[in-house]
Amino acid sequence: METKIDWVTLLLYAAILVFGWMNIYAACYDEAHTAILDLHTMHGKQLLWIGISVVIALIITHIDPHIFSSMSYLIYLVVIGLLVVVLFVGTVTKGGLSWIDFGSFKFQPSEFAKFATALALGKYMSSLDLDYRQLRTKLIAWGLILLPAGIIILQHDTGSALVFASFLLPLYREGMSPRILIVGLVAVVLFVVTLLLGKYKLILVGVLAAIALLYLFGWLNKRTRKHYIWVTAVFAACTLFIFSVDFAFEKVLQPHQRDRIYVLLGKTDEKTNSTTGYNVYQSKIAIGSGGVFGKGFLKGTITKADFVPEQETDFIFCTVGEEWGFVGSTLLILAYIGLLFRLVTLAERQYSKFSRIYGYSVASILFLHLFINIGMALGLLPVIGIPLPFFSYGGSSLMAFTILLFIFLRQDQERTNPI
Amino acid sequence: MRNQYQERSTVIRIIFLTVGIIFIVRLAFMQVFDSEYRRQADRQALRPITQFPARGLIYDRNGELLVYNEAVYDLMVIPRMTKGLDTNMFCRVMGITRDEFDARMRKACKYSTYSASPFMKQVSKEEYGSWENSLYKFRGFYVQQRTLRVYDKPIAAHVLGYVGEVDQSEIDADKFYKQGDYIGKSGLEKSYEEVLRGIKGKRIMQVDVHNREIGSYMNGAYDTMAVEGGNLYTTLDASLQEYAEGLMANKRGCIVAIEPSTGEVLAMVSAPGYDPNLLVGRVRGENYQMLLQDISRPLLNRALIEHYPPGSIFKVAQAVTALQLGVITPNSGFVCDKSLVGCHNHPSARSVQEAIKMSCNPYFYQVYRRVIQQGKYKSIYKDSPYGLTVWRDYMLRFGFGQKMGIDLPASGITPGFIPDTAFYNKRYGRERWAFSTIYSNSIGQGEVTVVPIQMANLACIVANRGYYITPHLVRYYGPDSVRNEEFYTKHETGINKAYFDIAANGMYDVVHVAGGTARRANIPDIDICGKTGTAQNIGEDHSVFICFAPKEKPKIAVAVYVENARGGGGYWAAPIASLVIEKYIRGEVTRKDVEKMYREAAPCQKLPLTRVAKKKKK
Repeated sequence: METKIDWVTLLLYAAILVFGWMNIYAACYDEAHTAILDLHTMHGKQLLWIGISVVIALIITHIDPHIFSSMSYLIYLVVIGLLVVVLFVGTVTKGGLSWIDFGSFKFQPSEFAKFATALALGKYMSSLDLDYRQLRTKLIAWGLILLPAGIIILQHDTGSALVFASFLLPLYREGMSPRILIVGLVAVVLFVVTLLLGKYKLILVGVLAAIALLYLFGWLNKRTRKHYIWVTAVFAACTLFIFSVDFAFEKVLQPHQRDRIYVLLGKTDEKTNSTTGYNVYQSKIAIGSGGVFGKGFLKGTITKADFVPEQETDFIFCTVGEEWGFVGSTLLILAYIGLLFRLVTLAERQYSKFSRIYGYSVASILFLHLFINIGMALGLLPVIGIPLPFFSYGGSSLMAFTILLFIFLRQDQERTNPI
Repeated sequence: MRNQYQERSTVIRIIFLTVGIIFIVRLAFMQVFDSEYRRQADRQALRPITQFPARGLIYDRNGELLVYNEAVYDLMVIPRMTKGLDTNMFCRVMGITRDEFDARMRKACKYSTYSASPFMKQVSKEEYGSWENSLYKFRGFYVQQRTLRVYDKPIAAHVLGYVGEVDQSEIDADKFYKQGDYIGKSGLEKSYEEVLRGIKGKRIMQVDVHNREIGSYMNGAYDTMAVEGGNLYTTLDASLQEYAEGLMANKRGCIVAIEPSTGEVLAMVSAPGYDPNLLVGRVRGENYQMLLQDISRPLLNRALIEHYPPGSIFKVAQAVTALQLGVITPNSGFVCDKSLVGCHNHPSARSVQEAIKMSCNPYFYQVYRRVIQQGKYKSIYKDSPYGLTVWRDYMLRFGFGQKMGIDLPASGITPGFIPDTAFYNKRYGRERWAFSTIYSNSIGQGEVTVVPIQMANLACIVANRGYYITPHLVRYYGPDSVRNEEFYTKHETGINKAYFDIAANGMYDVVHVAGGTARRANIPDIDICGKTGTAQNIGEDHSVFICFAPKEKPKIAVAVYVENARGGGGYWAAPIASLVIEKYIRGEVTRKDVEKMYREAAPCQKLPLTRVAKKKKK
């Protein structure tokens, strides 16, 4: 039985889309080109992308939703194929080799890898006879995620690859041990603290040792051999990790990535020493100068004057912050959080495991984009160039996010009629 | 099975919510609680451009323009924004060396790296045009328009004064001024600074990342217009001033010409002078040093700041004072016996009028004795201080011994000196001095000194037969042509008009009657009344002459002082004064030979170490 499309999600989607376009219009506003539909301007092109996306959304909501489930692996393979093709024929844009040129328009397959992976993962994880505890299952699930991520890393688009970490959440929801999330969190904290401490990293080791000893001899009542071994192993792993941070930082990361992390940690002077520092500084100035109510639509002085680079795409949040102030920025964040909450609700009401996993994947992918993009603009995260969903300028990303979302909404419509 | 781990959806929601809250809190700190971002944003994206008002113009009494403005450009720099500047190209375009660039940049950085300060000052319109189109390539640089003073006729430099950059004390004293602003430093430019400077305006421009202006901020809602400075309509007569300056060429001294009925200064010359154009623009500093070091002190306005022994012109004031005090009568006669004070050869004066005509020293010795020792006390040591106090009171009424309240900066005015009892008590001891100690004052020698403007004022008092109006240089000022009312009140000497008639008659005789000391000043058809003076001092005597004309309803009073000029007052100062009067009353001088002679004469004794100021055009 087909139900109506979820209007709450639809409304939030539409609101974010319209607000996003207004901000693109403001970001590239030019007294000479105020016409709304002018394909020589970014806002004109974006309007075209929005139109195309609406058409795509309409198409998706009118086809049989079961087709996505049945064609999951095919879509996945096609996208993986495109990703590989990009490696050979792609054009280099901003240091990343991730675009295929189609005449005057460019196309970025990595954007579509997200929903393809979500489909394939959902398909695999919802297999009837699956036992997630088996190593083989885990390996295949992780393989599905890491394969596109790996190819994207080869394209030097680390930001987009990082988004694949969002699949940890649907896996967690389906029963993955929370230890992986905790280990990941601890690793990030240790990494940051180690870099901040620099040559005083032994202090950190000492603190960890103290915690371990306290844990063993203070809080723990039942001391078994197993406990001793466990705590010692964890401590050893942490220590090893701490001492390998420098190596990883110097040898694995690219110079510009090191730079971005240093800027975030305040180890280089934001204002002058590096381009990244300058960008983040300008971004923070633009947002911070917005005040409570903002400077008003089209009245931003920093974003209008091109001080913030990439302000139509990765740094679009600056325009919101500057022109709409605390009120506008908060409303936008609340709209996104509302959308995510709604998606979780929708995912939980699915009857099929495939739809639920896919729904959680959609929410998690959007969340990670949101987290990284706004976190970067606010100077809380290192500069990682990924778009703000439905908001940033860019045809590929808008269409990919629209497809991602509407495939789920379509499944939600048919939730009472599972495969 | 299907809803296994459902509780984990809550964990996921908490993760989403936590990130949302972190962002909102961060936003609150950045946007609501921290205003630093706003300040930095404004500093880099908004450029306040000060609109400098044109300084007020200065006219002479006939509407002739004396001072006006010319546009120049200051190249401003915001050091912080010059990151990535192609220094070599910049130096080439601007025509400066790398060292110069570094020095200027250091100076700018020292002022502020965030705010604009001048990098190159007062660039001419032509020079600006040569790199105007390249400026957009240099981030952090922009141009601000300013105005400089221009003087078509190189006259009245001392009166007009000059404009210079504000110094720190001036910035501290008045918030109006910012580093690099201009302020009147002397003369009328200083005393009428608040009228002339106008009101600064401000335009706020938005600039983009390439330092290009992209329009006005908020459609000019925060802009203010500059209000032009008010004009000064002075009392000077430009042609008379120019003529008088010509007469003082090659000499040291000064000329002051005043319209007696109004106190309006018609001409004020201090020689040697300088071309006011020398103290304008980028050459100002260099020229200023040169003028400052010149031993003949061309920067000084001698008419106000120099005080000299007045010499015999002082006798006029003594005569009317004594008559008013009743210690002599108009027909008092004293023998010219030269026993106590020297004199030239002439018959003894039988009246005050004759005494003035012949400038008899022993006569005024006797007059002054009667003034100082009036017989109030038996002891001359008590009587003299009394007499001196009475006398001094009268002298002050003539404007002597105090700063003349002319509308020029008070710092450039000297009071002159009329000694009081305290002065002599200190010098000789209480009751240890009497008339015989101080008699030199009677003939304008001794302790008395007078400033040239006071001498001209004395001529005005006689011309007005008993009062003067404070000499002043500005009639009207400002956009509403405000009249300078404070300068139109009478200062009475309290001496009977009849006594001044006697003095005027004497001064008439000085020029017109055989035996008068200034026959050289005689011009047919113009009744000049004058009094010569020859002031003794270290070096050659000073040649002094005060006069007014015509005798009835005088139009002009003149004082001429020529320093260290051989020949006395009648020989140098008197004919120069007569030329000034002829020029003013007739409009032109018919005695071309006399004019040529005095123009070219260089009677002043040479100063040791004279250095001639070479004039440098800007």
